Amino acid sequence: MIEAENLTKRFGDTLAVDTISFTVNKGEIVGLLGPNGAGKTTTMRILTCYLAADSGTAMIAGKNVLTQSLEVRRSIGYLPENNPLYTEMGVVDYLKFIAQIRHIPRKKIKPQVKEMVEVCGLEPVLNKKIDELSKGFRQRVGLAQAMIHNPEVLIFDEPTVGLDPNQIVEIRELIKRIGAEKTVILSSHILPEVSATCKQIIIMNRGRIVASGTPEEMSGRARGGGVITMVVQGPVEQVKDTLKTVKKIKSFTAQGTEADGRTRFEIISTGEENINEDLFRMAAENGWVLSELHQETLSLEDVFQQLTLKES
Amino acid sequence: MRNILIIFRKELRIFFDSPIAYIFIIAFLAFSNWLFFRSFFIVGQLSMRDYFFFIPWIFLVFIPAVTMRLWAEEKKIGTIEVLMTLPVRNYEVVLGKFLASFSFVMIALALSFSLPLTLFFLGDVDFGPIIGGYVGACFLGGAYLAIGLFVSNLAENQIVAFIIAALLSFALFIIGEDLVLATLPNSLVPTFSFLGLGKHFVSLQRGVLDSRDVIYYISVIGFFLFLNTQSLESRKW
Repeated sequence: MIEAENLTKRFGDTLAVDTISFTVNKGEIVGLLGPNGAGKTTTMRILTCYLAADSGTAMIAGKNVLTQSLEVRRSIGYLPENNPLYTEMGVVDYLKFIAQIRHIPRKKIKPQVKEMVEVCGLEPVLNKKIDELSKGFRQRVGLAQAMIHNPEVLIFDEPTVGLDPNQIVEIRELIKRIGAEKTVILSSHILPEVSATCKQIIIMNRGRIVASGTPEEMSGRARGGGVITMVVQGPVEQVKDTLKTVKKIKSFTAQGTEADGRTRFEIISTGEENINEDLFRMAAENGWVLSELHQETLSLEDVFQQLTLKES
Repeated sequence: MRNILIIFRKELRIFFDSPIAYIFIIAFLAFSNWLFFRSFFIVGQLSMRDYFFFIPWIFLVFIPAVTMRLWAEEKKIGTIEVLMTLPVRNYEVVLGKFLASFSFVMIALALSFSLPLTLFFLGDVDFGPIIGGYVGACFLGGAYLAIGLFVSNLAENQIVAFIIAALLSFALFIIGEDLVLATLPNSLVPTFSFLGLGKHFVSLQRGVLDSRDVIYYISVIGFFLFLNTQSLESRKW
């Protein structure tokens, strides 16, 4: 449904987006994750035809964003960053304006606005002006605006930023419900946000895609490479030989021996099981003193941090 | 066409949904009426010559005030991102905005019809120059609006948009004036004289609807609206 190929966008000297490629299939909810300034918003602006990429192509529903911009814009619903709204307008007036300019047939405008009001829970604020609304309701108006023409593709730039925890849960549920039938891209710099709603995650940093996959794949990959730190007092060579016989160890490195004969090992396990027990038993059987043993489970957060802090 | 109309209605609604429109109209009428009646009682002539003499200067302040927010505010609040990612063409948005602000200024101008009406009841009036004056005011207003709209798209800040638009309109208004022409080499005089917004306004005011003046104003309006459309595209670069 969405295909981006080698998209590059430069602002002056800074590369905002650096040759990124990705595909989003129909019916998927994809999360664009990355620290501030990673290029998420620029990527979304290219997809929505607000900006043009310096090079590379993007296709949405088979249409090119550069050459078939109007068609692309017709098939997209977009919630820009910070959810800008015409604050002088009334909620209904605003939604009607969007419905009209989206060329929804005259007869269908009323029922469509009504449906959006129901879906987004806007009944309590129907007769208000947008600048009288709380942030949560404004966000819903923004979402209603993006969905009113029933688009195939929805692009949400930080849809839950600035909301309180209850509102965040509500908006997430809303997005999940929509995402059941539509293709959704949403961006965030908050991790639980993305792992709660998205089936696919793309992690961006400094304009590049540094990782992508399902949330399970990513944290699974991290767990699969779980790192255990062990500090043991014993003959180094003998310890090494014994470690080689432990099945669940993928690899290990000795990190130097201190004066009192304690050696620090970094061990990477193969599976998800806890191998602390095996290591403890090994030390006990050989009469070595185990002075430190802990597993550093890599959560999605760690993966994110590792990937995004590495280069800076 | 339909999109232009929808944008037009939205812009006009924003004008009249906020107090700006009413404050503007009241201020415009108070100001222009005062200038009219001040000389009316002194000179005692049944003409609107003085009124139309002041119009370009009143417009110079009031029209940039109408146009300054049209793009600058969309950019500041960010609604331009919603607007330009809707399936609309650039020129449709530009024309919609222009026509809305034009209608608004026309409404304000129409409300000054009490002045010719007063004259009509007082005696025998030559309506030729008055009609010519109103037509000229429409065209001049349109030209100022097109300039202001273009400038508003370049500026991030409304105050900057206001000042630059007023300056640019002022410059275009005076380049045809004799004082300016006197400083120019002879070869440039006809060009500048033709380009000046003011000269054409004066000629329309005489009550003669010359096609050259009409074509001139329409090209100025068209030129700045075209620049506006192009500068909208430039955000993508």
